[in-house]
Amino acid sequence: MLTSPTLNVFLCGVGGQGVMTAADLIAEAAVAHGFDCKKSEIAGISQRGGVVTSQVRFGPKVLSAVISPGSADLLLAFELAEALRAANYLKPGGIALVNVLRLPPPVVSLGLYRYPEEPLVELRAAGICVYAIDAGGIARELHDLRLVNTVMLGAAAGFLPFPAEDLESLVISRFAVRKPALVAANRRAFAAGRMAADRMRTDG
Amino acid sequence: MVAIRSTSEAPHPALVATGARVLLSGNDAIARGAWEAGARLAAAYPGTPSTEILETFSLFPGIHAEWSVNEKVAMEVAIGASLAGARALCSMKHVGMNVASDALMTITVAGVAGGLVIAIADDVGLSSSQNEQDSRFWGRFAHVPVLEPADPQEALEMAKFAFELSEAHATPVILRVTTRVCHVKAPVTVGARVERETAGFKRDPERWILSPMNARRQLPLQAERERRLAAVSEATPLNFITPGSDRRLGIVASGAAYLHVRECFPDLPVLKLGLSYPVPLGLVGRFAAGVDELLIVEETEPFVEQAVRAAGIAARGKDVLPRTGELTPDVLRPVVASLLGEPVPPVMLYPAGDTFPRPPTLCAACPHSGIYYVLARLRKKVLISGDIGCYTLGAGPPWNALDTTVAMGSSMGVALGLDKARGDADRSKAIIAVIGDSTFLHMGMQGLLNIVYQQGNITVIILDNRTTAMTGGQDNAGSGRRLHGEDAPRVDFPRLVAALGVRPERIRVVDPYQLPILAKTLREETEFAEPSVVIAQRPCVLSDFYEATPPFRVVDEDCTGCSNCFNVGCPAIHLGRSEQKTLATGTITELRFAVIDPVACTGCGLCARACGPKAIVATAPADGGTTGTAAATRC
Repeated sequence: MLTSPTLNVFLCGVGGQGVMTAADLIAEAAVAHGFDCKKSEIAGISQRGGVVTSQVRFGPKVLSAVISPGSADLLLAFELAEALRAANYLKPGGIALVNVLRLPPPVVSLGLYRYPEEPLVELRAAGICVYAIDAGGIARELHDLRLVNTVMLGAAAGFLPFPAEDLESLVISRFAVRKPALVAANRRAFAAGRMAADRMRTDG
Repeated sequence: MVAIRSTSEAPHPALVATGARVLLSGNDAIARGAWEAGARLAAAYPGTPSTEILETFSLFPGIHAEWSVNEKVAMEVAIGASLAGARALCSMKHVGMNVASDALMTITVAGVAGGLVIAIADDVGLSSSQNEQDSRFWGRFAHVPVLEPADPQEALEMAKFAFELSEAHATPVILRVTTRVCHVKAPVTVGARVERETAGFKRDPERWILSPMNARRQLPLQAERERRLAAVSEATPLNFITPGSDRRLGIVASGAAYLHVRECFPDLPVLKLGLSYPVPLGLVGRFAAGVDELLIVEETEPFVEQAVRAAGIAARGKDVLPRTGELTPDVLRPVVASLLGEPVPPVMLYPAGDTFPRPPTLCAACPHSGIYYVLARLRKKVLISGDIGCYTLGAGPPWNALDTTVAMGSSMGVALGLDKARGDADRSKAIIAVIGDSTFLHMGMQGLLNIVYQQGNITVIILDNRTTAMTGGQDNAGSGRRLHGEDAPRVDFPRLVAALGVRPERIRVVDPYQLPILAKTLREETEFAEPSVVIAQRPCVLSDFYEATPPFRVVDEDCTGCSNCFNVGCPAIHLGRSEQKTLATGTITELRFAVIDPVACTGCGLCARACGPKAIVATAPADGGTTGTAAATRC
């Protein structure tokens, strides 16, 4: 569990992946647990398949909504190359939780740019503590690719200073309203994400 | 990508009962504050970062909320409501205020009846805008007070106070917010709505008919009002000092920058300006007298700074701080350290990895892709004047099919200017203007009328996707629905442009998915030396008018690797593999074989029509779902 007085969680991914919703859920769980909180996002036109970042800060009292480079306790990356792009936000000793999913944008498909070969190797070579989560693979095993976010939130839950069950019940309550049929699948996805991160922690 | 319209949302948190503490964005909080203040009407045109103010306000009972056709109309609707004696809100992004300014600059002479609050959202940092403006200048220009909340709780409280201030001094009030207030969520304690009787319109021609004679008589009253507001600014608790133990530097700050200051420099005294126009110069002077040096931290222009220095108070500001963008902790810390003569605190950073850019893209099956695929092929023969919307993305790869984009509706006038002043270099070029349905109705119609009136040699393409897509899919006068989904008369674009004077023969309606027909139509229309209009009609893929069809797939043995399908620019088309091939001439070329993500593909068929060897074919819906990119394009 992370223990800064003000905890900085930096989320990143690609427009449409649900980065902002995931940040909302972490913020709601923090507020429900009695923390002051600021959640911030600058999305704009990035919603159209561009880079999306969102920032959640919580603690006894939070003033600025902004996480400066070099000050995130936890980086939650929903896409592999986006983890690389946001790595400078992590503070020394911070933790990166990275979905190994690769989403090459059209500029890569067009051959204008290359997708980095080994982002995880690069991150680790920089000295970053990386937890690589195959959220896509886990979601595929559960037969629904839309569960990727829930897997990632499950993986993050063990690092946050409130009970994982609180975050889980917030995730579930969203689906309970919108799509009750997905409740059971999301429970499984959350648990699988949590287990994947826990297993890595035990393995060191 | 999240669907634009969802039918089973949970109740919005802004609707919670009085006294509850709930996570709200700054925009939600403004809407809640306006509702609590008894506002009866809100009017707006969508624009990032302001859009959710009206969206959230519209959820409350007992009010009228509308997407007006543009910000000027929205402002005038709100003025009318104020004259009727009701409290009214209008909201817009910063550039919208430019459009609305004509009405503001005049009504301010007469003032208001019911409270009139104008929420202006400045996109500091240009997350989704064509420029960066500091809307506080409208306060000085129009002689109206400006409130600047720093976070969502303040946004709610200042929205309520703005109505009180408006009625107490019979003035419009500007509530100026920035992206870092609009789109920050924080816990907010909400209050109760105070219902107000709408007083009714009180006939007063000498006040409300702003003829020269009436306006001239009221100008001194406007000046008197401004003097009273200056006194309010000196005394209001919204302008307050937080003492600090380190008096070497005192900081004057407003908006989100105030919170960054407090975060970074807990020991420095700070004067926070919540009511930043009129600038409380007496208060600033007293604050300055208690510190060695004064630093003014404001986003983005030196608005307070210039007033302070003009009053003879020495201050640092934009001589050391950037004049654009956010004044975040990483920007402030080294500047303040340097002013204090201290070493800049080191920040240990992991390197950001070197990776590709990821610009926003058009969605899979976006009808605009068809238009830009064709325009890219006409590239050498045309000048293309663009406009504001998703379709501005046509400027990027693979299409690179725009030459200019200025402001809402500008494609029309700019195209005509390119035509009428063309030199020999452009003599053979066709001139095309590209504009979306909502932007055309916002500010494009007048431009087309002018093209017709001046008989410009222009082909106008109206991209009618039945929504205001870029800002999240709001309804408009062309969608056939109002804000709450009620049926509304739908603009008939062919008849509208005919009424503006375009000859019926020169009005063509096309399906942007039908590439060969589209290309032929555009070639024909650009050859006529008179105004012509091509109306491309297909609903936005994120709107509920859109119906997805089974995905397409690449038959690998038929794919020649020509890579033409990539030129559609569809994010569902990926590179499967590539091979190098030596041509008979000896040149080496790269063959690029495509694959289609069956989850992201919604079956528009654009790529199939762009495929020479017919290697892209429709498939059955049960065919796939395993490449893992679904979340990036739709969910």
